[in-house]
Amino acid sequence: MNTVRQLDRVVIRFAGDSGDGMQLTGDRFTAETAKLGNDLSTLPNFPAEIRAPAGTLPGVSSFQIHFADTDILTPGDAPGVLVAMNPAALKANLPDLPGGATIVVNSDEFTARNLKKVGYQANPLEDDSLEPYQVHAVPLTSLTIEALSNFDIGKNEAARAKNMFALGLISWLYSRPTDTTEAFISKKFAARPELAQANIAALRAGHAYGETTESFAVRYEVPPASLQPGTYRNITGNLALAYGIVAAGVRAKLPVFLGAYPITPASDILHELSRHKRFGVTTFQAEDEIAAVGAALGASYGGALGVTTSSGPGIALKSETISLAVSLELPLVIVDVQRAGPSTGLPTKTEQADLMMALYGRHGEAPIAVVAPCTPADCFDAAIEACRIAVTYRTPVMLLSDGYLANGSEPWRLPDVSALPDLTVEFASGPNHILDDGTEVFWPYKRDPETLARPWAVPGTPGLQHRIGGLEKRDGTGDISYDPANHDFMVRTRAARIDRIEVPDVVVEDPEGEADVLVLGWGSTYGPIGAACRALRQRGLHIAQAHLRHLNPMPANLAEVLAGYKRVVVPEMNLGQLSAVLRARFGVDVVAYNQVRGLPFTSQELETVLEEVVKNV
Amino acid sequence: MSDKLSLPIQPLKAKDFKSDQEVRWCPGCGDYAILAAVQSFLPELGMERERICFVSGIGCSSRFPYYLNTYGMHSIHGRAPAIATGLATSRPDLSVWVVTGDGDALSIGGNHLIHALRRNVNLKILLFNNRIYGLTKGQYSPTSETGKITKSTPYGSADAPFNPLSLVLGAEASFVARTLDSDRKHLQEVLRAAAVHQGSAFVEIYQNCPIFNDDAFEVLKSPESRDEALIRLVHGEPIVFGPEGRHCVVRNGWGLAVAETADVAESDIVVHDSTAADPSYAFALSRLSGDSLDHTPIGVFRSVRRDTYDSIVRQQVSDAQSDGAAEAELAGLLTGSDTWTIL
Ligand SMILES: Cc1ncc(C[n+]2csc(CCOP(=O)(O)OP(=O)(O)O)c2C)c(N)n1
Ligand code: SF4
Ligand SMILES: [Mg+2]
Repeated sequence: MNTVRQLDRVVIRFAGDSGDGMQLTGDRFTAETAKLGNDLSTLPNFPAEIRAPAGTLPGVSSFQIHFADTDILTPGDAPGVLVAMNPAALKANLPDLPGGATIVVNSDEFTARNLKKVGYQANPLEDDSLEPYQVHAVPLTSLTIEALSNFDIGKNEAARAKNMFALGLISWLYSRPTDTTEAFISKKFAARPELAQANIAALRAGHAYGETTESFAVRYEVPPASLQPGTYRNITGNLALAYGIVAAGVRAKLPVFLGAYPITPASDILHELSRHKRFGVTTFQAEDEIAAVGAALGASYGGALGVTTSSGPGIALKSETISLAVSLELPLVIVDVQRAGPSTGLPTKTEQADLMMALYGRHGEAPIAVVAPCTPADCFDAAIEACRIAVTYRTPVMLLSDGYLANGSEPWRLPDVSALPDLTVEFASGPNHILDDGTEVFWPYKRDPETLARPWAVPGTPGLQHRIGGLEKRDGTGDISYDPANHDFMVRTRAARIDRIEVPDVVVEDPEGEADVLVLGWGSTYGPIGAACRALRQRGLHIAQAHLRHLNPMPANLAEVLAGYKRVVVPEMNLGQLSAVLRARFGVDVVAYNQVRGLPFTSQELETVLEEVVKNV
Repeated sequence: MSDKLSLPIQPLKAKDFKSDQEVRWCPGCGDYAILAAVQSFLPELGMERERICFVSGIGCSSRFPYYLNTYGMHSIHGRAPAIATGLATSRPDLSVWVVTGDGDALSIGGNHLIHALRRNVNLKILLFNNRIYGLTKGQYSPTSETGKITKSTPYGSADAPFNPLSLVLGAEASFVARTLDSDRKHLQEVLRAAAVHQGSAFVEIYQNCPIFNDDAFEVLKSPESRDEALIRLVHGEPIVFGPEGRHCVVRNGWGLAVAETADVAESDIVVHDSTAADPSYAFALSRLSGDSLDHTPIGVFRSVRRDTYDSIVRQQVSDAQSDGAAEAELAGLLTGSDTWTIL
């Protein structure tokens, strides 16, 4: 009989060849864990190549999940458990494992040929190189084939179900319910019932294997977390972002027009939005990123909510059109799911190095609003906020997500749809100005005195025919103007329009109120920074944490917040872009901590860095 | 925003389409003639002014929208077809026109032009071809002749030019025509045909730039040469041209050639068919005029019906919404199929 042990948190990494179905396995394990009520956070990691040669190091794909009985902020620094489907997966992931970690390997794949492919001189399962770990060598492939011997499917198809066997085994080991996975399999293979049955049988066989063999002496339980009451689902950043755009369209009562050109890691937003025509979403896969943003702007001009989605290389191409949108003063939402650059860089890896491009990467004085989500689920709210700013202030807004948020997932407490912000807008419908001689006219650049937004006068509105364009225009009338003083005025007015956007104050978390050091982040570093701060506080150290959602304009209280601490630390996955902006705008000498490995910070490294600053302040 | 085009109560006149902006092309520029022709043609659309929108790129030609009392956008260099695609796709109630130049449409914007045509978006595209960059003061363009001496090619251009009509026919354009700035009647006939076409209509307008490329189309305009050089295409009629119909067009190998009418049987003369399904015929017509323009067909080369991108896309959206409001389903969408509840 195996004993059951209680744990408060576990980090598991499923790794295999990109053809081994590791993302699916991870997704299913996540769904089971969510159902159980643990808090969780996940991070997939896949190769840039679609099908790198089987069994090689570049072909390794993995999925990490961190789950716990308390609320957690990151997918975990280092896995306590590694499931390795072949020697490549073992070799690629071993450096991340702490001593004592559990390793489950598919021993069938440890053939001389496969070992040689990844440069193993000796079989690590047979020498003592894995001594520091608890290794379970399980012949996953042959056990699966054996379990499916009664099914009318080919041997290859049977072998392919080994990921379900592994999932069954790990689900048993961590006491996860498998009924949702069975339902999922039935649905997925609805067209081939015998395949569905076989996969379910493999799942059950894996589960039974754990229960009956001697090799697993202990199984574990992680009790549910006490999260805020509500209904939850698991969601990735890209899905949440797409839903945010759908919701914004509904709340604005505007049709959504998405112009996009495929690019990793933003394509999934295009895929998702293309399914939601029912909500009035039109998607346009353009010939390039310039056409994508151009069509979105054309649709905005016509009274739609124009959105364009891309990643760094594509955003660079959109730059000229974004400047046109600045000049036209029309709503436009530009989503940049950042990836490691420059150029193609590491297209499946994450980075935050497009901040300067978002803030300044245009010709002329062309300020736009910039908003960044901080967790996968937050992509929903951040997308709505970006749309709110765009339609209220008639301006382009850049939404800066990244690869880590895009593909990572976490539980999302479902919002009350009726409580989402009301984004309804009023189009111009008649004259807005009276000339000295009493004639009523329409002036396309006559502004709202509060927001400085100009009227949104869509073609088709009787009597409001007017011409807009990229040439400088006279304030008010919108007529072409080469007058120097008018240009100066217009440049300043366009800047003031952005500066005046109302954004909430930045909130500082400093439980004891005794901190001398503030750590300030933006975007996806929220999780690891928060986890590091918690760890420090548990050790009795004082540290304050704040996170910027609005990068332009910045919160009105930011200057005061920055001035309130002896030291401000700014960790970023770039070479110090926010740090440079803060130094320039606020004259504060921030401590920059930077890393550009294409991977998120670990909370461990941030804990070390922050401890150093706190102790020496 | 209904699909129906509503008619103005009072018939409009050319002057109703003039904006209050001062027209600023060089004296003698062909753009003036085109503007006047368009202004006096627009009332024929029978549409209210607010239903008409002109979108342009950058160039002398692209100043066009400023001078029309319709909606208009003077956008950025080469991108007008893309911007207009977004507008036309989301607003079927509008008549959307693109005004562009040879540099704007064929150089920087070449990609957008071919893809708008391939999709057959409901746009009327007017390309003002002066075979030069006007606004930037006289560099050669993608339609300038090889060897042309310009500011940027003091030793003569080494580029081979595009034949714009050959190009757009290769891009699957469903309506292709050519006309001249100086021939108002012909220009308006072509505009009329373009306006009623469902889908992308591409119209090349030969336009004189007296400042940087004067008399580029003189062979088609001067009384001495024009009858010999101009081939006026009329659907359903044999293609004969020249004084007393001296010349004609006949089949020749894979293409077409000019022959002497007296030398060929009447049955060998090609009868113009702008509705031919295969674009090869229109392509062959487009090849008759070389760099020297000595046999230049004008008129409608091709006009065929093909589904338009924007109507297919709108149909998909409206089918998806056919059984009522989806707004109430937003909560359901967000919820998805796998949820759990914490009490
Ligand atoms: C991105 C960009 N590159 C270059 C220019 C400069 N530019 C303006 S118009 C033009 C060429 C215009 O030629 P064409 O399209 O033939 O128009 P025309 O002036 O002859 O009517 C160029 C190169 C620009 N405005 N924008
Ligand atoms: S430069 Fe040529 S095309 Fe431009 S306005 Fe002058 S004459 Fe017309
Ligand atoms: Mg030109």
